[in-house]
Amino acid sequence: MLRVGLMALLAVAPMAAGAADVPEFTLTIQDHRFSPAEMTIPADTKVKLIVVNKDATAEEFESHELNREKVVTGNASINVYIGPLKAGRYPYFGDFHQDTAQGTLIAR
Amino acid sequence: MAVLATLLLVFREVLEAALVVGIVASATRGVASRARWIGSGIALGIAGAVMVATFAGWIADALSGSGQEWFNATGLLAAVAMIGWHVVWMSKHGRELATQMQSVGRDVTSGARPMTALMAVVAIAVLREGSEIVLFGYGLLAGGSSVPALMLGALLGLVAGVALGVLIYFGLLKIPVRHFFGATNTLLVLLAAGMAASAAGFLAQADVLQRWTQPLWNSGWLLSEDSLAGRTLHVLIGYTAQPSGMQLLFYVATLVLLMVGMRLVSAAAAKPSRSALQPPVAT
Repeated sequence: MLRVGLMALLAVAPMAAGAADVPEFTLTIQDHRFSPAEMTIPADTKVKLIVVNKDATAEEFESHELNREKVVTGNASINVYIGPLKAGRYPYFGDFHQDTAQGTLIAR
Repeated sequence: MAVLATLLLVFREVLEAALVVGIVASATRGVASRARWIGSGIALGIAGAVMVATFAGWIADALSGSGQEWFNATGLLAAVAMIGWHVVWMSKHGRELATQMQSVGRDVTSGARPMTALMAVVAIAVLREGSEIVLFGYGLLAGGSSVPALMLGALLGLVAGVALGVLIYFGLLKIPVRHFFGATNTLLVLLAAGMAASAAGFLAQADVLQRWTQPLWNSGWLLSEDSLAGRTLHVLIGYTAQPSGMQLLFYVATLVLLMVGMRLVSAAAAKPSRSALQPPVAT
């Protein structure tokens, strides 16, 4: 009963189509800081955020406002799909180094 | 510095797992072997956390870079299914258990109770939160932080997180036996709904679920997810300040599915028990 329901739910949900035309933006982590610390992205558009970690240690890109959390290991990069967002400010942080790893996405 | 940072991170992660364990421990009240099941779940979760942290890079790169989201979403939905199995089972047998506990006043046997399901729920919760602690710890060690400082921070964070789990456990035990399994079942259903909503978030993050990804509202001004209350409610009932439409759909669908399942099973169970199968219980 439960499993059938879950399957039906997953079947109804739209599956991934080609995502070729999604604009990409890159954030870099170095010395447990994000750069650029403030970045503007288009509002009402889905974007692909690429987080490049140049530190040797892992970090977790996290944001309650964006509803996102993803670990990026040392010297690696991750992709995080975001939006479409209403215009506004969306702070995020590095969960493992919250004292320095802070940043904001501005949807405009 | 490392002590405080470690304390806070370990506390946050342990709190989430400890709340799940606290609810599971209270929901299995009266099961003689529950300590063994829950202990096994925690141990499996810790072992899994170390493995997941060790292979984090590989998991992240798997499935064209969305391995981490699939891993989290699959784990969460598996936990939802396990909780579903348990609450549906309980709606069939919960009344007998409560009656036995009331009349006998001591432990009852678990019988055919799906304890493996709850062990899996505990293991998945500990694994998900624990792997972050391990990754964080690896990082601090690599950065040259002193081991005693790390251990002290981790220990304090662990104690604080576990203390809140214990608190919720004893709080739940205060519920009168008559309402007890109804209450713990409700908590488990809400826990499952929140997990399903989180899974929807991960699938949107990986661009698997592409529709209804915008936040519906923002209740962050009322209750921030950063606050202790916000975090606690996030685990307990899936509180999210800015949920997307898809997350709300997963949340409501899980609530409806589990409640309908429980209703159907308990209605079906009520009929034969009134006939010759069981002697009527004196009231």
